[in-house]
Amino acid sequence: MSGTKLLMTFPVTATSHTLADYRARGGYRALEKALNQMKPEEVTREVTASGVLGHGGAAFPVGRKWAVVKLNDGQPHYLCCNADEGEPGTFKDRWILEHDPHLLLESMLIASYALGVRHSFVYIRGEFDLPYRRLAGAVEEAYEAGYFGERILGTDFACDVVVYRGAGSYVCGEASGLITSIEGKKGYPRNRPPRLTVHGLYQRPTVVNNVETLANVAGIIARGADAYKKVGTPKSPGTQLVSISGHINRPGVYEVEYGYPLAKFLYEDCGGILGARALKALIPGGISTKVLTGAEAESLIYDHASFAKAGSSLGSGGMIVIAEGTCMVRLLQVMLRFYHHESCGQCTPCRDGMGWLHRIIDRIVAGEGVPEDIERMQAISRANDGTTICGMGDAAGYATVAILEKFRDEFDYWIAHKRSRCDGRLEVPGHA
Amino acid sequence: MKHLIAEFEALKTRFPPGSDSSLVLPCLRRIQEERGYIAEADIDGLVDYLGVPRIQIEEVLSFYTQFRRKPIGRWHLQVCHNVSCSMRGAEPILDHLARKLGVAPGQTTPDGRFTLSTVECLGSCGTAPVVVVNDAYHENTSIEQLDAFLRSLK
Repeated sequence: MSGTKLLMTFPVTATSHTLADYRARGGYRALEKALNQMKPEEVTREVTASGVLGHGGAAFPVGRKWAVVKLNDGQPHYLCCNADEGEPGTFKDRWILEHDPHLLLESMLIASYALGVRHSFVYIRGEFDLPYRRLAGAVEEAYEAGYFGERILGTDFACDVVVYRGAGSYVCGEASGLITSIEGKKGYPRNRPPRLTVHGLYQRPTVVNNVETLANVAGIIARGADAYKKVGTPKSPGTQLVSISGHINRPGVYEVEYGYPLAKFLYEDCGGILGARALKALIPGGISTKVLTGAEAESLIYDHASFAKAGSSLGSGGMIVIAEGTCMVRLLQVMLRFYHHESCGQCTPCRDGMGWLHRIIDRIVAGEGVPEDIERMQAISRANDGTTICGMGDAAGYATVAILEKFRDEFDYWIAHKRSRCDGRLEVPGHA
Repeated sequence: MKHLIAEFEALKTRFPPGSDSSLVLPCLRRIQEERGYIAEADIDGLVDYLGVPRIQIEEVLSFYTQFRRKPIGRWHLQVCHNVSCSMRGAEPILDHLARKLGVAPGQTTPDGRFTLSTVECLGSCGTAPVVVVNDAYHENTSIEQLDAFLRSLK
């Protein structure tokens, strides 16, 4: 049962996303508590004290981000919820948007109160259809019930929310690309400093937080920071929504308490590897996190420190399970096609580098690779490190290097024999 | 697009004052929803209405993959071929659809009924493979299910 639950605490039904059901679960009481009993600074202090980390991939402490925004500095502040969820392997925010959208909205109202925000945004990826309809429906319900607009719950607090739909771009999931997109432009990320909490949306102080990150705020205010800290480990408080896919018997979204043993999660909660195969590799948190071999992964505890020690990270919680027999060359080919397609084109090392990497791997797969190709790919990947405006170029490079290093023999084999050592297979036979 | 202006004005009420530039994406999405693509006249209309530079709209149209400058087929079959879907059989599905419809990804059948596309991760990895038809997700799909769906359209 993967530990204590903070978010997936109710049975999903046909109506669990509605305001009536949410209120029946105690919804919007944390907002009442914040508005009636707490000052905005006290809300931020509570969130900081909880130690809650960002759940979008970077695990930055939420309180430290919020604390940069200075109340009463005479300018508008903005809150943007990142619901772009585009990192391959990640589909956890969808669960909140589809089944508990009011939790997100209540949390955003509390955050807006704490940060002095009058206008907030949810940036949702353009392809999401049901999550968008559920969230947009919840927004209308919340307006009608007086949770948004002027004089919320009879106080002086006023706040609006816009659900802003993207239109197909991976890089808009990066916080500054997201902001540029909300400004109605192509989603080029921006150089920092200045930080977004200083010059963000429309050049005003802006907090960008992931859906799951924000969704934890209502619970922290309702139950207190100490209760939140009791869950998880001292350095990784709370839980993570893990979306697991690939060669696993029971794929889906699971809430995992930090500190839970990974092997237990994979083999008990998720039913083990497809076809009872051995675990060849694990991508722990979206394809941009470094791959772990089966042996490296199976002894790990699910928290930030142990994954960092193993040379990877929890990323976005988008876990991809890779069974024995899978061709890692073809897997990298799929990844590099994606990075090439999604490089926004702003920075040369990423724009050119991803194209070169994609062409080289295509050449290897076509049986025309040469032994120098592997060093060439590593050099191109490393040239992205720290030379691009956003972190996506770096991350694509790290992910590529990790696969090349840990599965080098498969690449050497394909170049030498002009064919895959694993029949070029990505599926587990009988489980497509 | 002029008949949509009342709708756009309603949209503005929840945005911060003076942020008309932010309406570029929502307006384009709405126009495309209705017309199926963005025409030159739509761009001219939006430049007038929002007071943004024409190049901003042109850049948005070329940057985001969901915007189109030309009409496509009545049914848009979008096959995700990213990592998790490929690990659950997306590649045979794509090959099958291409053979059956007689078009390569990115092309439309001559009768204008079907457009076949490949797309990157749609956040449906746990229910892979996924094919999106217009806006509807077909999750945990298979060649047999897609064939049955295509037959149901005739």
